Amino acid sequence: MDEANIRASKDIPPAEVADVELYHAKSFWTKYVFSQDAKVIAIQYSGTAAAIGFVALVLSWLMRLQLGFPGLADFITIEAYYQFVTIHGMIMVVYLLTAVFLGGFGNYLIPLMVGARDMVFPYINMLSFWFYFLAVVLLVVSFFVPGGPTGAGWTLYPPQAILSGTPGGSGAGIIMMLLSLIVFIIGFTMGGLNYVVTVLQGRARGMTLMRLPLSVWGIFTASVMALLAFPALLVASVMMLFDRLLGTSFFMPTLIEMGEQLSYGGGSPIMFQHLFWFFGHPEVYIVALPAFGIVSDLLSTHARKTIFGYRMMVWAIIGIGGLSFIVWAHHMYVSGMNPYFGFFFATTTLIIAVPTAIKVYNWVLTLWRGDIHLTIPMLFSLAFIVTFVNGGLTGLFLGNVVVDVPLSDTMFVVAHFHMVMGVAPLMVIFGAIYHWYPNVTGRMLDEAMGKWHFWVTFVGSYLIFFPMHYVGLVGVPRRYPELGDSAFIPDSVQMLNSFISLAAFAVGFAQLLFIYNVITSLRRGKIAEKNPWRATTLEWQTPDMPPTHGNWGDELPVVYRWPYDYSVPGAAEDFIAQNDPGPQPAGETKT
Amino acid sequence: MIIVLLFLLVVAVIAGRWLSRQGLMSQPWLEVGVGDITEGRDRTALSGAKLGLFVFLAVVGGFFALLVSGYVMRMGYPDWRNTPMPPLLWVNSALLVMGSVLLHNALLSARKGDRATTRLALAVAGVAAFGFLAGQLVVWQQLTDAGLGLTANPANSFFYMLTGIHGLHIVGGLVAWGRTTLAVFGDHPVEQQVTRIELSALYWHFLLFVWALLMVVMLGWADDLVNMCNQLLR
Amino acid sequence: MAIALVLVLVVVGSIVFHIFSPWWWTPIASNWGTIDATLTITFWITGAVFAAVILFLAWCVYRYRHTPGRVAAYQPENKKLEIWLTVVTGIGVAALLAPGLVVWADYVTVPDDAVEIEVVALQWQWNYRLPGADGKLGTVDNRLITFENPLGINPGDKAGLDDLVIEADALHLPIGQPVKMLLRSIDVLHDYYVPEFRAKMDMVPGTVTYFWFTPTRTGTFEVLCAELCGVGHSFMRGEVIIDTEEDFQIWRDEQETFASLSES
Ligand code: HEM
Ligand SMILES: [Cu+2]
Ligand SMILES: [Cu+2]
Repeated sequence: MDEANIRASKDIPPAEVADVELYHAKSFWTKYVFSQDAKVIAIQYSGTAAAIGFVALVLSWLMRLQLGFPGLADFITIEAYYQFVTIHGMIMVVYLLTAVFLGGFGNYLIPLMVGARDMVFPYINMLSFWFYFLAVVLLVVSFFVPGGPTGAGWTLYPPQAILSGTPGGSGAGIIMMLLSLIVFIIGFTMGGLNYVVTVLQGRARGMTLMRLPLSVWGIFTASVMALLAFPALLVASVMMLFDRLLGTSFFMPTLIEMGEQLSYGGGSPIMFQHLFWFFGHPEVYIVALPAFGIVSDLLSTHARKTIFGYRMMVWAIIGIGGLSFIVWAHHMYVSGMNPYFGFFFATTTLIIAVPTAIKVYNWVLTLWRGDIHLTIPMLFSLAFIVTFVNGGLTGLFLGNVVVDVPLSDTMFVVAHFHMVMGVAPLMVIFGAIYHWYPNVTGRMLDEAMGKWHFWVTFVGSYLIFFPMHYVGLVGVPRRYPELGDSAFIPDSVQMLNSFISLAAFAVGFAQLLFIYNVITSLRRGKIAEKNPWRATTLEWQTPDMPPTHGNWGDELPVVYRWPYDYSVPGAAEDFIAQNDPGPQPAGETKT
Repeated sequence: MIIVLLFLLVVAVIAGRWLSRQGLMSQPWLEVGVGDITEGRDRTALSGAKLGLFVFLAVVGGFFALLVSGYVMRMGYPDWRNTPMPPLLWVNSALLVMGSVLLHNALLSARKGDRATTRLALAVAGVAAFGFLAGQLVVWQQLTDAGLGLTANPANSFFYMLTGIHGLHIVGGLVAWGRTTLAVFGDHPVEQQVTRIELSALYWHFLLFVWALLMVVMLGWADDLVNMCNQLLR
Repeated sequence: MAIALVLVLVVVGSIVFHIFSPWWWTPIASNWGTIDATLTITFWITGAVFAAVILFLAWCVYRYRHTPGRVAAYQPENKKLEIWLTVVTGIGVAALLAPGLVVWADYVTVPDDAVEIEVVALQWQWNYRLPGADGKLGTVDNRLITFENPLGINPGDKAGLDDLVIEADALHLPIGQPVKMLLRSIDVLHDYYVPEFRAKMDMVPGTVTYFWFTPTRTGTFEVLCAELCGVGHSFMRGEVIIDTEEDFQIWRDEQETFASLSES
C-alpha cells in the first residue's frame, strides 16, 4: 500500500471499544479461582493439565519398568498394566495435549494475538475450565472405585470395554471413564465456542485473517475441528453408557462370555470404531495444528526471518483440517470393515501427506538464509522438526493399507504415534513455554537448566522411540505387558526393551528439572525485558508487561501489517511490530 | 457415516464461501496499513452472541447428524424393523411447531415494541414446550406399556435415545426461554430484549428442524434412500 | 552449534542402526512377499526424504547460525520453489501409494481355489473348523453355543455334520494351498496374527471377516492375538503347523468331526 493510505489510517479514530463488557474481578475468589479472565483461565487449564499429565508420566514409568524389567515390580499385575496403558493414553491425548493447546495456549494467545480484551463469552469460558476440572476429577476418582479404572485401551473398543474380562469393565471403571469424557466434551464445547467466536469477532481493527499469526490459525482451525469431531466421541460414549447401564445393544452383538450367553444381541462393534475414529483421527490434527502454528511463529521469531510461504502455510492448515475428516478409517484397515474402503482411505491419507510435507519444507526454508539464534525455543523447534518428520514418514507406512497389515497393532504403531503426536507436539509445548513464560510472569526461565532439559528430552525421546519401531518390525504386538517366550522374538529384544526403559526414566527425570525450573523462576528468574525476543506479534506490545486485565489499557491496538516483518530491508530494526504503522513495505519480493 | 459427511459438506460449503471473501489469496507482506484494504475483513458482521449461537447450532447439528448416522448404519442390518410410532407424536410435533410460530411472533411484536403481545406469545410458547415434553413422556409410557421398552429391539433403543437427547435440548432451550421471559416481564422496554428473543426463536426453529428430520427417519419415510446408500457401501 | 552436529548424528545414527540392527522382520512363510516389497520401497523413499530434510536442516543451522552482523534474508515466498517441491512430493507419494493399492487389490481378492477354514476365537483361545468330506462348512449361530457345541454349529445343517472341529489345539495346513481364513469371534474383538504370514485381520463378534494367504514354507509358527481382548490378551497364543501334503492328510484323518463329537 502507499503512503497516503498509511497517513489516512492515522486519522481514523482509535478502534472501537471491544464488544465485550469486561467483567471486573473484585475478590480473591473471582480473581484467581472463578476468574473470567482468559489469561487466568489459561493458567488454570495448563496447571491442571500439567498435574494430570504428570500422573500419565508416572504411569509411563511404571509401564516401562514392567516392559524393560519384567518381574521386577510385582505389584504391576496384568490388570494394572492394562489400566496404566489406558489411562496413560487417554490422559496424554485428551486431558493433557488437547487441554494444553486449546484451553491453555488458546486462552492465553487468542485474545492477545488478535488484539481483543478477552474472550467473547468470559463466563462460559470460566465454566469451560470448571467442567474440564470436573472431568479430571472424575478420571482420578476412577482409580479408587471398586475394580479400579478401565483397562480397555484408550480406544475403549466394545464389546470388551464393558465386559468382565477387561479390568474395570464390569465395575465402575468404564462408567467413570465415559462420564469423564462426556463432561470433558461439554466443557470443551464451551471453550471451543469462545475460541472460534473470538477469532471471528474479536479481532482488532486491521487484523484481517491474512494478518493472523500462524499460532492463531492453528489453534482456530483445531478448535473448529474439535467442535465437529468431539461430538462423535460424545455419541459413542453415550451409546456405550446405554449399553453398559441400560442393557441396550448398540455396539453389542450376540455373544457368549466365559461360557455364558449374555442378553445382548444385534449390535455392531464396528459402528463404535467408526464413531471413535471419526473423532480420533481429527484429534491427531487437533493436537498437531496448534503445534504447527506455534512452531512457525517460534522459528520465524528466533531466526529473525519472515515465515517462508505464509499463504501456503495457511492453505495447508485449512486443507489438512478439511481432509482429516475423510481419513478416519485408516485406523481400521484390519478391523474387519468392508475391505474395499481401504482403497479410498489409503488414497485420502496419502494425499494429506502433501500439505503436511509442504509445511515441513517451509519451516526448513524459513531457517534457510536466516539469522538463527539458538535459543531454547529454537532448539525445541528444531527437535520438533526432527521428530515430526520422523513420525510423519512412518505415518506413510501405516497409511498405505497393505503396508499397515503386518505393522498394525504392533509396537511400530506405538513408536509412530508417540513420535508424531506425543514427542513432536510436546517439543512445541516446551519451546512455547520457554518463549512465552516471560510474557506470563515477567521473568525468564533459567537458561542453563533449560539446556539440560532440552538435551535430555530430545535425545532421550529419540532413543526411546526410534528403536521401538524395530521391536514392532520383529512382530511384537502392542499392549503386551511382557514378551513371553516366543520363538520368533530373539532374546536381544528384551535387552533393547531395557535400554528403552532406561532412556524413558532419564527423560522423565528431565521433566522434574523442568518443573523445578518453572516454579523457581517465578521468583528467581531474570527479570524479562518488555519484548525479550523482539517479536512482532501483539501479545508483546501490550502497555503493561505482563499484560494486565483487559490487555490493552485504554485503547485497543490497530494492526497495520502482517506478523512476519522480520529483517525487512531498510527498516531501522530487524522487526516491525504489527501495530507499528512504521516504514513502507519492502516492495517487490525477489524470488 | 454418510449423513454426517453430508452435514460436514454443508458446513464446508458455508465456511468456504465465507473464506473466499477473506482475501486468502492476497500477499499480506505487500499490504501495509489499515483502511480500504482491511475494511470489512477485520471482523465478522454478525454480533458475537448470534455468531456464538450459530457455531453452537453447528455443533449440535453435527451431534444429531452423528446420532442419525448411527441409526442409518444400524438400519442396514437384516434384522432391522422400524418402531411403531404412537399417533400422539403428531400432537407433540404440532406443539413444537406452535412454539416456533409463537416465538417468531414474539420477536415481531418485540421489534414493534408491543409489550403485551410479546409477553403473551412468549408465555404460551413456554406452555407449548412443556406440553411437548410431557407428551414425549406419555409416548414413552405408551411404548413401554405395549412391551416396546428400551431394550426390546434396536429401533426402540434408538427411539428412546434420540427422543431423550432431543428432549434434553428442549430443556436447555427452556432455561434460555425462562431467562428471556423473566426479562420481558420486567420493567425495561421490550425492544431491549429483541436480541434475546431472536436467539431463543432461532434455537427453537433449529430444534424443530432437527425434530422434523428425526421424524422422517424414524417413521421410515427415508427408508428407500437409506437402503440405497447402505447398498452402495456394503 | 552442538545441535547441528547432533542433527547429523541423528541421521547417521538412524541409518547405521537400520542397517546393523539385529531386529528385523521374521523370515516370511507365505505368498505375501509383495507386502514386504512395498515395505522395502517405503523404507527407501522415506529414508531418503528423512536424510535429505534433516541434513539440509543441519546445514542451515550451521551455516546461518547467528553471528554478529548477520542479517536474515527477506523472502516471504518463492512460488517456483514451492510448486516444484509440491510436485516432487506428489510424485513420491504416488510412488508409495500405487504399489500399495495394487497389492491391496490382491489382498482383498481371494483366489477361486482357496479352501475355506474357519478360526473361532474366544477369551482366550483359538479354535478351528475345517470342512469335512463335502468340502463345505456348515452354518453356525452364536446362539447355539453350548459346552458340547463350542462353535455353535447348526446341527440341522447336513453340511456341518462332517466339519472337523479343533478345539484349542494347533492348526495344520498343507503347503502351497491357498487358504481363506474365515474369522469369527464369539465374545470380543481378537485379531488372528501370525508374524511370518504378514497377513492379519480382526475378528468381530457378530460378523465373519477373512483374509487369505498361501503357506510357502513348512514349519511351526506362533499365532498371537493382535487386538486387545482383556487380561488374557498376551497369553492368547496358538500354533499353526505347515505340513507337506502327505503329513497334512495324516493329521487331518485323525481329527474328530462335529457329528462324532456330539455323539460322544
Ligand atoms: C516419555 C514419555 C512416554 C513414554 C515413556 C510412554 C510410554 C508408553 C508405553 C510403554 C505405552 C504402552 C505401549 C503398549 O504396551 O502398548 C504407551 C501407550 C500410549 N501412549 Fe505413551 N509414553 C510417553 C508419552 C506419551 C505422550 C506424550 C503421548 C501423547 C500422545 C502418549 C500417548 C500414548 C497412547 C495414546 C498410548 C496407547 C494407549 C493404548 O494402547 O491404549 N504417550 N506409552
Ligand atoms: Cu488417523
Ligand atoms: Cu487379544
